[in-house]
Parts: sequence; C-alpha cells; structure tokens
Amino acid sequence: MKKFKKILQLLMITVLVLGVITGCSNDASSTASTSESTNSEAGTSETTSEEKGSLAEIKERGKIRIGVFSDKHPFGYVDENGENQGFDVYIARRFAKDLLGDESKVEFVLVDAASRVAFLESNKVDIIMANFTVTEERKEKVDFANPYMKVSLGIVSPESAPITSIEQLKGKKAIVAKGTTAETFLTKNYPEIEQLKFEQYTEIFEALKDGRGDAIVNDNTEVIAWAKQNPGFVVGVSSLGGQDTIAPAVKKGNKELLDWINQELELLGQENFIHEAYDATLTEIYGEDYKEELVIEGGKLE
Amino acid sequence: MQNLGINVFLKGRNMIRLFEGLMVTARIALIAIIIGSLLGIVLGVVWTSKSKWIRSVCRIYLEMFRIIPILVWLFIMYFGVTTVLNIDLSGEFVSIIVFTLWGAAEMGDIVRGALESLPKHQIESGKAIGLSFWGLYRYILIPQAVRRMLPGAINLATRMVKTTSLVVLIGVIDVIKVGQQIIETSRIEVPTASFWVYGFLFILYFVICYPLSVLSRRLENKWNG
Repeated sequence: MKKFKKILQLLMITVLVLGVITGCSNDASSTASTSESTNSEAGTSETTSEEKGSLAEIKERGKIRIGVFSDKHPFGYVDENGENQGFDVYIARRFAKDLLGDESKVEFVLVDAASRVAFLESNKVDIIMANFTVTEERKEKVDFANPYMKVSLGIVSPESAPITSIEQLKGKKAIVAKGTTAETFLTKNYPEIEQLKFEQYTEIFEALKDGRGDAIVNDNTEVIAWAKQNPGFVVGVSSLGGQDTIAPAVKKGNKELLDWINQELELLGQENFIHEAYDATLTEIYGEDYKEELVIEGGKLE
Repeated sequence: MQNLGINVFLKGRNMIRLFEGLMVTARIALIAIIIGSLLGIVLGVVWTSKSKWIRSVCRIYLEMFRIIPILVWLFIMYFGVTTVLNIDLSGEFVSIIVFTLWGAAEMGDIVRGALESLPKHQIESGKAIGLSFWGLYRYILIPQAVRRMLPGAINLATRMVKTTSLVVLIGVIDVIKVGQQIIETSRIEVPTASFWVYGFLFILYFVICYPLSVLSRRLENKWNG
C-alpha cells in the first residue's frame, strides 16, 4: 500500500508536468488546426469527454463497459473457459440486461485493485464493480452508488475453544495480519488484547492451526471462507467493528448514470436479486448462514 | 489423481489461455525489442555528436526512462495521455509504445558507450584512408561496437521480456495474469495450483529468454574465434 502511494505521488507529479507540456503544445497546435479539427469532428461524430459514459452514449454504443476483477474468487474471476464469473459479474450482467436489453451487451474490462480509480477517471470504463469498498478517501475521486454488499471483521477460533465475543479475547492472543483494518480496530478499541502480527494472510491461518494464538481477527469474508474449508474451526463472531460497504462506482460527476444505478438497485431489491446473486455465486464459499451478514438489498443498509 | 495439481492445465481452455497470454507477452516484448534496438542504434550514433545540445537532449531522454518507473510510464501513457488528447488506445498498443521507447533509451546508451569505448585512432585511421561518415560507421565503428554492446543488449532484452509483467496494471492480460486467474479460480479444488502454474510460467519465460543467451554466446564465440 505504501509503495503504491509513492508510485501514485510520482505519477501525479509527472502527470502534472506532462499536462503542462502537452497543454502548452496543444494551445499552439489547436489554433493552427482549428478548421481541420472541426471538420473531422463533424465527419466522424466523435464524442467529447463530457458525453462519454452518459446514458445516451452507452445506448448508442450498444455496450456498457464495466470494470471487474479477474482474479478475486468468488467476486470477480475468469473461469477455465475464459468466461467472467462471480458475484460482481452476476450483478453487472443484470445491469446490462436492464439497460440495454441483453445480458451479453456488457464489455468486461479486467482491472486491478491499484488501477480501479484510474480506469474510471480516464473514461476507460463506465462503472467499476470490482469489490470496491466505499472509503472517504475514494469518495473524493469517484462517485459511489448505493451499496450491494457489506463487510466487517470476523473472529475465527478452534471449535474446542470457541471465541464468541470480543470480550472473551481479553487476556488472550489475537492473530492479525499487519496493515489490515483488524489491526487498526483492535489497537484503537481494545488495546488490552495482545496481538500476534504476521505479514501474510497465509501466515495467520498457519499460526492458528499451530495454536500460536487463540483466534484470528480479520475481514469476515476471509475468515468465513477459511473456516468453511477447514473443519474444526468456527466463526464465533461474524460481524464486528465498523461496517464497510461495497458499491458500484462511476466517474466523478456522472450523476445520470449514478441515479440510474441507484434506481436499478432499488428495483432489483423488490425481487431480491442480490440474494439470488449470492445463491448463484457465493453460497459455495460462504454457505447459507452468512447471507444476511453480507448482502445489501435495494441499495439500503438497515 | 483427483487432487493432482497438474490437472489444472487440462481443465477447460486453461492451456490455450496460457498460450494466448504467452503470445501477448511475446508480441509486446519482441516488437519493442526489435524497434527499440533499431531506434537505439540511431540514438546511440546521434549521441556521440559533439554538440552539447544534442548530447543533453539524449541524456534527458535516457534519464526520463531510467528514473521514472516503467509502471508509471504505462499509467501516464494509458490513462494520462489518452485523456488529455481524447484518444482511445488499447492497452497492448500503449505497452508496445512504452517498452519501445524504454528499449530505445537504454539501447542508445549501450551503443553510445560501445562507440565511445573504441580507440580514437580507429576513427582517425578511417578518415585517413578517405572514408565518408557513413563508410566510417558502416565498416569500422559499428562492427566493432556491436561486439562490445552485445552482452548489455542481451541483458536489456531479457529484462524487457520480464518487465512485461507490469502491463497487467493497464488491463492487458499477459501470461502471468492468466496464470493468476487460473490459480484463483481453482483455489478450492486444487490448493497446490500455484506451485504448478508458477512452475509452468518459469519454464515459459525460460523458453523465451534462454535462446537469447545462447544466441549471444554463439555470436561472441564466433567473433572471438
């Protein structure tokens, strides 16, 4: 994360410099070629950047471009036949169906966590649905629609000595991964709980198996999925601490599309569509029990 | 047999997808290496100019690619430049441009270094027998410089092949990304998939890069012998 921030800073500076350079050269060339550019614009009916991503432009194009993950099973991944699948993808397909009349009228752009904002800002996608957690920092750069999923922290512990509330952890050892929300949450709210910290996700699970700590505190999606694959461990607490939501995002200022998504989520809520998406894509990993912990229907958080 | 990790390659179109990804990687690297080397040779020759201006322009060009990470260049070109100019370029096209420019910059420096390392009397002798500028380079300087720059150039080429793994950040699906997709998709059924997939990727990169090493060794032997 730190490295990425540094890269981003460097990027901003270079973009600034580049912007100044190209901005200057643009001025010079645009005065020289005004007649040409007006000609070509009229001829090819090129859309300007303001119109890009508007509902009318998407309909004219006949395809909506949605940015999804390609390697985050089960939210957005590519299956063995090269097809996009997953929870986010399932909902995205429905968006395409309701907006353009056909499920296949969606172009999936495969994005990485680090480049999600950039894809939106540069008009390379219309919507990002790549398990995008709503944060204050991101709200300054993109516009989030209403959420369709929520995540919080969870605690997983051995079945033989289950931890069913955070209070029980006092005086015991909690295993956390460094730099995660879990670490911040515990340090801030429960400084009396001793933390055993590891760099990698795989290490924390190994540590619990070895009995080096009493329980793991981590994102609830991670601990639920892990407990399901590892018999002998239970998720005693499945939602703890502040709740984060996951929502579709559009380019800053694209209110038209944002309103459409919100309205669409509300309509989908009437037929419990997000639950259907959960059944189709997440049950296998998380089981039936956690549906209500994860799903947000109709875009409204109760 | 059920849990044997090697089976991930046989599922669905996985093997074909890996080779499609390999083609993307190879295409970007090969085009960039070929065009970059040609441009680099021209740049290297220009660089040996006596004009301070030309030298400093070349220097700035090289330093820009040396100091700014390739990842940042990809971002600038893919997200920045396309937005400013309001054009739509595919990720693969942008990758080829960035890698070509990078290859040209580094290759230019290698060529310059090789040319400048040649003893001065080579140039003077060439001039003394009445060779033109082109003749001087064609028959005396370039043939000698090529031998000296070969190790550096091969090193650069293999580095470029490996650095193509960054293109995934601008949405280009290269062989490594396909591998990661396969690992993630089969995480539950085949927990050992990562070992097999990365092992296979190692072999694929080896297959691309090793011939370059062999080629350079053969050429060096030939010229020495």
